[in-house]
Amino acid sequence: MAEREQKKKTTTERTEEVVEEVPATSASGEKLKAELDDLLDEIDEVLEDNAEEFVRNYVQKGGE
Amino acid sequence: MAIPKVCGIETEFGIQVLHGDPNPIAASSVLINAYANEVARQQIGWDFEDEAPGNDARGYAREGSMPPQVETHLVNTVLTNGARFYVDHAHPEYSTPECRDALECLRFDRAGELIVIRAMEAADHVAHDGSQLVVYKNNSDGKGNSYGAHENYLMDRAAPFNRIVAGVTPHFVTRQIFCGAGKVGSETAFHDGTKVDFQISQRAEFFEEQVGLETTLKRPIVNTRDEPHADPHRYRRLHVIVGDANLCEVATFLKVGTTSLVLAMIEDDVAASRSLILADPVTAMHDIALDRTFTKPLTMADGTTATALAIQWELFTMARKYAEDQGLDCLGDESIGAMVLERWEEVLNGLESNPMSLARQLDWVAKLQLIEAYRERHGCEWSDHRMAALDLQYHDLRPSRSLFARMDTETLVDESAVVDAVTEPPRDTRAWFRGQCLKRWPAAVVTANWDSLVFDLGTDPLRRVPMMDPLKGTAEHVEALLEACASPSELLDRLSS
Repeated sequence: MAEREQKKKTTTERTEEVVEEVPATSASGEKLKAELDDLLDEIDEVLEDNAEEFVRNYVQKGGE
Repeated sequence: MAIPKVCGIETEFGIQVLHGDPNPIAASSVLINAYANEVARQQIGWDFEDEAPGNDARGYAREGSMPPQVETHLVNTVLTNGARFYVDHAHPEYSTPECRDALECLRFDRAGELIVIRAMEAADHVAHDGSQLVVYKNNSDGKGNSYGAHENYLMDRAAPFNRIVAGVTPHFVTRQIFCGAGKVGSETAFHDGTKVDFQISQRAEFFEEQVGLETTLKRPIVNTRDEPHADPHRYRRLHVIVGDANLCEVATFLKVGTTSLVLAMIEDDVAASRSLILADPVTAMHDIALDRTFTKPLTMADGTTATALAIQWELFTMARKYAEDQGLDCLGDESIGAMVLERWEEVLNGLESNPMSLARQLDWVAKLQLIEAYRERHGCEWSDHRMAALDLQYHDLRPSRSLFARMDTETLVDESAVVDAVTEPPRDTRAWFRGQCLKRWPAAVVTANWDSLVFDLGTDPLRRVPMMDPLKGTAEHVEALLEACASPSELLDRLSS
């Protein structure tokens, strides 16, 4: 993922180049947050309404 | 030289019935029959001739141990992609066909998810009582009941089992840091009295012994089931029960790829630069699942300490040197070995610098990121039921409900290649012969299993075709032969001549 690649670079590149990367990192951070917000909106819609009952009713037999 | 690491994954799925008979065995049967009858439109049974899961790799069984029983009366089908889709205990289970490398194994594991999705849709279609089957690709119900996602690797019989146990245990204990599927809370006596918010592995806390034959109780880190499904004088099949079922493609690829590589090093007797023997592997495994910083020192047998991450770096460094010295042909095509090393190094770097940067690659990180974001938005505590609900629904395979499917995780195989793998067998193992025979002559194949096919040609007796070598019966070996045969009897005549 882009964020990780940038982090790896900062350890090997010279200092002046690191400064240039700051806006890119925070921009990708904001993008990530926006994506997470969209995801959470969607999850609020599909997550089982009664979480307690949903979790309680999920009972399996051991397998293997 | 290490032999080719033919591999496969068997996944037991969780199953739940909404608005209907909750019996999981009946539900699993309905699911698989719906797929066989409505989607695949053929049903070839499984042949149990070769099943002996009670054989122990150590050559004996420990007193009081319980070898698994073979259940021959439950629904069992073989698919044209070479896979097995069946009822095991109280779960639907899908076993990929034998794959030549980790990327193929991922492709066929993903095909299994598609098969289950199609099976659920078919089961809904035939249900007349308004009931609905829901299948989860996870490994526990959060109440102390666990079911497995096993891997299998072809190994050289010449590698002593003791060396396998010693060499693979450090990997099995620590690899969860990148292939754990994540879990809210804890559910075994091991954690009694301690409050656990989140663990990186679903399965880690269920392991109680270092080595053993059982798979359902007193689960061992290294399973000794010695059932090669191949020529037993040349091959061993290492049956690995320690893993979680993964949804993230990178995690599945790394789980199989790094394990194949570690096993190859064991066959070639490559030594680590320091001892990687843990003083107490079982406790270490439990502890690692709780440590998201990977800073907890684990006590080694020689009295020194190491973190889970340090053990993984040591294994990786060994593997890189092994690749330079001997090459990685045993992992498949040249690109596969290189990809395993590259991805392995990437995730170890990521785990070291910022684990949350791996949310598109690793299941436990993806799940944790989702839960943390949800907690922040709704201000809930870990004890809130919605945390466990998010965990469970992450693994729901229904596209309409799956939380995993809503996340933008990285893929390594094209969706069209996954769709192909639903019906087409892999070309470079014996699964190709199995799948092609089922495709071409479904009426003539009575039963199939991993190492043979049984044909009914309308004359006595039934004819068994043994396939004792997983690397024979590939497209390269038999495609021309199959193309040239107009009927199964012609095929059998040519094979026996």
